[in-house]
Amino acid sequence: METRLVVSSSPHLKTPESIQSVMTDVLLALFPAAIAGVVFFGWMGLLTMVLCMVSAMVTEAVILRQKNIFGDGSAAVTGLLLAMTLPPAPPWWLTVIGGVVAIVIGKQVFGGIGNNIFNPALVARAILMVSWAGHMTGWLSPVDLVSTATPLPLAARGVSTSFLSLFIGTVPGCIGETSAFALLLGAAWLFYKGHICWRIPGGYIGVVFLMGMFFGGMGSLATMVSVGLFHVLAGGVMLGALYMATDWVSSPVTPRGKLIFGIGCGIITMLVRLYGMYPEGVTFAILLMNAVTPLIDRATLPRKFGEVTK
Amino acid sequence: MTSKTFSQGVYLPHYKKFSEDKSITVISLPEEVVIPLHQHTGAPCHAVVKVGDTVKTGQKIGESAAFVSAFIHASANGTVKAIEPRPYFNGLLVESVVISVNPEQEEPRWNEKDVTELSRDEIKAAIKEAGIVGMGGAAFPTHVKLSPPKPIDAIIINGCECEPFLTCDHRMMVEMTDSLVEGAKLIARAVEAPHIIFGVEANKPDAIQAIGAKIAGDSNIEIAVLDVKYPQGSEKQLIKAAMNLEVPPGKLPFDVGVIVNNVATAIAVYEACRYQKPLYERVLTFSGDGAAKPGNVKVRIGTPISHVIDQCGGLPSQVGKVVLGGPMTGWAQSRLDVPVVKGTSGILIFTSSMVDDYGHMDCVRCGKCVEHCPMYLYPNYIGVYAETRRYPMAVEWGAMDCFECGICVYVCPSNRPIVQFVRDTKKHVAARSSK
Repeated sequence: METRLVVSSSPHLKTPESIQSVMTDVLLALFPAAIAGVVFFGWMGLLTMVLCMVSAMVTEAVILRQKNIFGDGSAAVTGLLLAMTLPPAPPWWLTVIGGVVAIVIGKQVFGGIGNNIFNPALVARAILMVSWAGHMTGWLSPVDLVSTATPLPLAARGVSTSFLSLFIGTVPGCIGETSAFALLLGAAWLFYKGHICWRIPGGYIGVVFLMGMFFGGMGSLATMVSVGLFHVLAGGVMLGALYMATDWVSSPVTPRGKLIFGIGCGIITMLVRLYGMYPEGVTFAILLMNAVTPLIDRATLPRKFGEVTK
Repeated sequence: MTSKTFSQGVYLPHYKKFSEDKSITVISLPEEVVIPLHQHTGAPCHAVVKVGDTVKTGQKIGESAAFVSAFIHASANGTVKAIEPRPYFNGLLVESVVISVNPEQEEPRWNEKDVTELSRDEIKAAIKEAGIVGMGGAAFPTHVKLSPPKPIDAIIINGCECEPFLTCDHRMMVEMTDSLVEGAKLIARAVEAPHIIFGVEANKPDAIQAIGAKIAGDSNIEIAVLDVKYPQGSEKQLIKAAMNLEVPPGKLPFDVGVIVNNVATAIAVYEACRYQKPLYERVLTFSGDGAAKPGNVKVRIGTPISHVIDQCGGLPSQVGKVVLGGPMTGWAQSRLDVPVVKGTSGILIFTSSMVDDYGHMDCVRCGKCVEHCPMYLYPNYIGVYAETRRYPMAVEWGAMDCFECGICVYVCPSNRPIVQFVRDTKKHVAARSSK
């Protein structure tokens, strides 16, 4: 009998990790925040997340002509991330359009997975925001679901929100952004699996804290720290810093570049919040930094092994 | 015990359990040995025997006037049947001396020599005459390595064996400790190096103990216990770990006053000086998840791998790959009549369950290859640029500094064949510069 042998270039060992397994890990990491979204915002939260994921996955499957709707899992992640940045009860068609836009304009026009310049979910969110501003700011209070404002504009009017509510997430906001606790829990899983490192979220959250502290209104040290902390916990910083800015494709790969990227996101977010027209700046901060990612990579080339630094 | 190491790299599964406790056994002679005349880095040898000649074990059958080359010797008593191109492990055809082996073999007889009297030139001459090359895989002629243009501070004997599955160096360190330490001393004497360091990974405590007992009381010899991390056995990483020196890009270890030799090479040097025994056999590891009888075996150079496989229990029905060398840098074979050569450290049999046969996806810039690259390169960019034939950009991101350890491919979730892209780039650059 003739033996047929496989021939390929070395190495002949491989981790079992694949795009699909990593995307599954990200979905798992988003699970606590998704649960929190359902608990706080009810069935509309769940429906929006499911609809957005299905819309993104179907769009991707159609474009790639693949039979398996889950595919590599990246469309599901994009859909879920987008849904988490939507207000609790958007019209169903807005959600569907969001999923389609994220995949088509955010990702596939650039050549599909790995080639997009911007974070696809945030591209879709930005487009929805400028197209249907009213629907995109229909905030509801958690559990009892009555119309209300979010902590960031409330703070501008001098109404404070307790840190416990901000940490647990019982505040008005986007479906998946309110619970810092749930987001941190999921991020811990991604750290453990080695899919994200501390540099981007560390730089981002650190700068938001410091800028909130020093530019958010001077006062006693305790007041300044509490303003800094408020800016970290309120709005979309946690979701953005841990899950959006850390998107592999649209962020730098060099260690120093990651830190610079995080710091840049933090600065832009705080400039928008403190001096801009919008109450929140996470979306635009990350998109702007996405645009300079190739520049950052080139500028932060570290030394090769054995190279002497000048 | 604290263990030293280099930065980055990756912790691989060891897979050493299959064979690490198996003593070295001898593989019988095949009916015919095929001895390639070019088993080393440098100029090929030409045959100094003719078809029909009778040859004896250890007789020189190939030589070259070039300095960077290594003599070739017969590995059995027999008759030269043919001198023709035969398949080699890298997929090419290499001019080889085919010897039909006599059924009657006699043990070669050696005159023992007192090695303590040998001068540095005598040691190098003995090494050259024995055709010794680096036996860790690169097969660089040892007498050339031991003729550096600069003074040498230290010799490192590489006993890391960081590739998974391979255990032959480990067994040699345990079973042939005397020859190893004497060989190391001869190498140090050949380059007048005042220090000898044995670099051994911490997962070989019995080898560390055996060498430690042998060198006790000698202040010029030390043993560096190293972290079990891949690629600890790569020269540059080993020098960094053991001596905290970095060899600059494009330079060789002697530029920082160090020469690294593999364990098997040191033993071969001792045998060449003590007995004038040429390099016509070597110890290699037979292993893999599909290996029927894994172990460490002494094999004559030129033995077809099919013969070794037969002697070790044959192939499994679900065979996927047969790899020569380690799983990270070794060569997958398409045919089983290729011979064992001086640089063959292992024959690995993988079942189809360990073979990854599907295609690759686009780079998703996860940065895992960057995080683990022991040369601090950007395999992701090198891969993307080489794939799109933008070779100058691939070079800019470090392709020429890559020594193809394979970590980037190992960790890549997109399954990208980055090592293959690097080889493409190097070939392209070589073709360009020779124009």
